[in-house]
Amino acid sequence: MAFELPALPYAFNALEPHIDAKTMEIHHGKHHNAYVTNLNNADLMANISKYPAAIRNNGGGHWNHSLFWQIMGPNGGGEPKGELALAINGAFGSFDNFKKEFANAGATRFGSGWAWLSVDANKNLFKGTPILGMDVWEHAYYLHYQNRRPDYIAAFWSVVNWEEVNNRFKKAIGG
Amino acid sequence: MLRTISQRLSSRCMSLRQKHTLPDLPYDFNALEPVISAEIMQLHHQKHHQTYVNMLNQAEEKFMEAKEKNDLKTMIALGPVLRFNGGGHLNHSIFWQNLSPDGGEPEGELLAAINKDYGSLENMKNIFSAATVAIQGSGWGWLGYNKTTKTLAITTCANQDPLEPTTGLVPLLGIDVWEHAYYLQYKNVRADYVKNLFKIINWKDVSGRLVAAKQ
Repeated sequence: MAFELPALPYAFNALEPHIDAKTMEIHHGKHHNAYVTNLNNADLMANISKYPAAIRNNGGGHWNHSLFWQIMGPNGGGEPKGELALAINGAFGSFDNFKKEFANAGATRFGSGWAWLSVDANKNLFKGTPILGMDVWEHAYYLHYQNRRPDYIAAFWSVVNWEEVNNRFKKAIGG
Repeated sequence: MLRTISQRLSSRCMSLRQKHTLPDLPYDFNALEPVISAEIMQLHHQKHHQTYVNMLNQAEEKFMEAKEKNDLKTMIALGPVLRFNGGGHLNHSIFWQNLSPDGGEPEGELLAAINKDYGSLENMKNIFSAATVAIQGSGWGWLGYNKTTKTLAITTCANQDPLEPTTGLVPLLGIDVWEHAYYLQYKNVRADYVKNLFKIINWKDVSGRLVAAKQ
């Protein structure tokens, strides 16, 4: 069975003005698509022990981006509610402080990478299943923000789909 | 008495310290078109490289302050940020010199070394390109010189890790494949950027570095 590029749950321009349509088109149609193509070409089942780098890099790229598209949305922003909000307040003191820490993690990530919020089955944040991720590879923001990664991060909050993050939170804690 | 002397030495250290500065490009922003756009050159030089210089200076200030206070923990903690930004400054300073609108072709000692270690210029370019394009995430491809074995070497470094402190190889030619180096123009097609870059290599500069490394 081949891996498939999942469709975006919204149009390319749905996240404007925070993330531009061109970036969404290229980020999804080229970068994520390349991860899927390369992952299929790696022929995992037949060669699984021979190609760890390809599996890790492209499999990781596929998994990470699949989550990324889902936790964003055109009617994003606002705040988390319910148990997720409680967990965030418990670990960070406040939602604002969480945003500050998460943004800082993304801004200070040197080179390519992602900022993650994860939760384990005991509702501990910081480890376990990722429920929120922010891509800070330069391709995620360069066309629109160039070197101004902090501006991209500030805009990111406006597209976070907290309902989806909450669904992942509930699933991760076994709800 | 000893403490006063040490304090005086430290403050002399602070006042004598030369700040790092952004080196000028040896050509205009548009000189490397169509291979690298003026827009990229301007951002890459004035924003990215400038930021490495600024952050390096800041980190060095903090290091000197910590040294004055004998705060070893802080000095050690500053290691990574010195490496990122110091490496970024070293790498880009080499890169601007490695490029030229009319850089010619390898000749003399450099060409002889390439033929000896790789069979041909074409073969060297193929190996160099493949290694550089394959870098996952941010990093640099390097053609370097191994002073011990007296041979050329092709390798890659992650992020802004500088070649010589990291591997011992003397840098001759570097290719920046951080996405900021090509994205506005080439988008995700890194292979085209690397292929085109070979049209604007300043082979005289690369030669000069090899000659210096052999001394």
